[in-house]
Amino acid sequence: MTERCAVIGIGQTYHKAKREDVSIAGLVREAARAALDDAGMDWGDIDAVVVGKAPDMFEGIMMPELYLASALGAVGKPMLRVHTAGSVGGSTAIVAAHLVQSGIHKRVLTVAFEKQSDSDAMWALSVPRPFSAPLLAGAGGYFAPIIRAYMHRSGAPNDVGMKVAVKDRLQALKNPYAHLHLPDISLKMVEESIMLWDPLHYLESCPSSDGAAAMVIASEDVAESTSKVTGRPPAWVHGTAMRSEPTMFAGRNQVNPQAGRDCAKDVYAQAGITNPRQQLDCAEVYVPFSWYEPMWLENLGFCDEGDGWKLTESGATALDGGDIPWNCSGGVLSSNPIGASGMLRFLEAALQVRNMAGEHQVEGASRALGHAYGGGSQFFSMWVVGSDKR
Amino acid sequence: MSAPKPVVGNRPVAICSFAQSPSLRRVDQANEVEMLMPVIAEVFAKANMTKDDMGFICSGSTDYLIGGPFSFVMALDAVGVWPPKSESHVEMDAAWALYEAWVQLQEGVIDTALVYGFGKSSLGDLSRVLAMQLDPYTMGPLWPDQVSLAALQARALLDRGLSTEQEFAEIAARSRHDALKNPNAQVRNEIPVAELLEEAYAVSPLRRHTLPPLSDAAAAVILVAGDRAYDVVDRPAWITGIDHRVETHAFGARDLAVSTSTAMAAKIAGVGNGPVDIAELHGPFAPQEVIVRQAIGLDDSVTINPSGGPLAANPMMAAGLIRMGEAASRIWDGSATRAVAHATSGPLLQQNLVCVLEGES
Repeated sequence: MTERCAVIGIGQTYHKAKREDVSIAGLVREAARAALDDAGMDWGDIDAVVVGKAPDMFEGIMMPELYLASALGAVGKPMLRVHTAGSVGGSTAIVAAHLVQSGIHKRVLTVAFEKQSDSDAMWALSVPRPFSAPLLAGAGGYFAPIIRAYMHRSGAPNDVGMKVAVKDRLQALKNPYAHLHLPDISLKMVEESIMLWDPLHYLESCPSSDGAAAMVIASEDVAESTSKVTGRPPAWVHGTAMRSEPTMFAGRNQVNPQAGRDCAKDVYAQAGITNPRQQLDCAEVYVPFSWYEPMWLENLGFCDEGDGWKLTESGATALDGGDIPWNCSGGVLSSNPIGASGMLRFLEAALQVRNMAGEHQVEGASRALGHAYGGGSQFFSMWVVGSDKR
Repeated sequence: MSAPKPVVGNRPVAICSFAQSPSLRRVDQANEVEMLMPVIAEVFAKANMTKDDMGFICSGSTDYLIGGPFSFVMALDAVGVWPPKSESHVEMDAAWALYEAWVQLQEGVIDTALVYGFGKSSLGDLSRVLAMQLDPYTMGPLWPDQVSLAALQARALLDRGLSTEQEFAEIAARSRHDALKNPNAQVRNEIPVAELLEEAYAVSPLRRHTLPPLSDAAAAVILVAGDRAYDVVDRPAWITGIDHRVETHAFGARDLAVSTSTAMAAKIAGVGNGPVDIAELHGPFAPQEVIVRQAIGLDDSVTINPSGGPLAANPMMAAGLIRMGEAASRIWDGSATRAVAHATSGPLLQQNLVCVLEGES
């Protein structure tokens, strides 16, 4: 039996390029403490802890969760460490949700983080390995040719990516936790920023951030009783899904990966969604490079293949006036503590349906999608959360 | 036939297939994918299943052995997840990947899962690699090697009068002897305890025979829930209890001579609810077997590590899963009815998992 579960506590750090004021333990505690406060709980109330982060080389510490066990109040409890590349923040939340859905635990703390300033992600991604294609220029260099292929296939005009870059940064101005606050952001500013990986300008790329995200996920009875005490509503989990496909093989559709489509189909079926654009009120989708908004609009079934850029161009995905706002928080383009980025998507979706997103709240949002992807766009994790039980 | 009722979880889940590659000091003719491929093929062949039959796939490995990011990404090619599959990975010994899969199987949405783990210690200097697992602010910069740390633990055990160097040597001699029957083991010979005790100290009080070998290997198991398990194997190894706990990382804040996390996990997994025939324990250093055995509460009647255990073969990230596969094998062949498998992770037994496996009597 899959038991009902809900998000009852949410916490995140103020994301920055360098959080030199805290150690890694201090960083994760900041998010975890905020999530516990939101849930009206203390460390001792938690049954199990699930930690996620991207490659350990991003900080230069092997399995850092071992050293973090005390800081996260995990001593004497089960602790799991998830690593599924860029999708890890989402996968970590899903593993935590399963611990409750399976009936094994009732209150699970899940935390994801990255302290990129402790090391150099670009370097960590570029370690040469025999008989493997080198990433050399990091993730942007890997994805730029795929974006080119999308532009070629869809006939999208050159400025769609820049429009996403502006939109997400304007939305980030309404999120006090976002790393990038660029009040002067404009198409001209994006266009004049240096070309990093053609067609991606500097301002069409995500930043490198230090940050952490945390949630308390609870069983139905605990969610209801704590909600009565705290006065804050739970976000009910309507569905979770993960899918993976191989990095490379002849004929692989890297622009519109099958694993992403399958994952969306699975999570929508669980949540009873047949028309995502109509039935979802907003979405937090992993868009680390601007063009991934139109690409994922298609992959996630918000429109037909080839039409994603039209949705973006029409303003449909903007918090201000759009019918299906994407990344109201500013998204990955505005904060990218890599291991936490996926969990931030899941957490922001939950904030929206709890009506607790503050200035970037979508009015009356009752159902939202959280999405993360990783590797060579081959690992996907998604959940749908709602203000009502399902 | 019916599965015994589990004490943890609601749904009976069984280990139904297990395969491992021989543990070797150095596998230099195969990378991780190539090392895994025959293991994955064998675990499916033994179950008469394919990847298409799997509801979930979960693996355990660590990037720091390969010295690059995403070692699990490449490894997934050994399974070939096309069409796409529901899949996840833990940066832990694959015993915890098995736990994650077991949790999902509890919900009744899926009935099957593939779990695998792999590690090649030969790619670097393991002692230096594992030093990077320590608190990066206070311990890591001192670069303590894992043998010296294990020696601190052994010393704590001796100082408390809980064991002797003689017992360490007896454990090593027994492990090597039992490994003679295990074609996948790496250190296998018949050697008198007295001779072992003549060895020089590696780091006092640890002589070389108390240290696990450096191993390269991979392992995989298939989990099946409910009555479908009987389609795969005549006598499924049912997981009737499973739990894992972590302790503080700060050695100075722990009593190194005991393992409270193992004791907790063993209690919750219900080890004491019945007699135990065999136990596969993952105490990589000989003194750690003493600690784990005491924590689980196993008396002298229990056969320990019939496979030879981690002193005979210790592939990082797979050795814990191998304990579970070896214990399950004893259920399948009828030599045990109730078995315990234990896995450890982190320095000096920081994190421990205990699993009880049962076959119908």
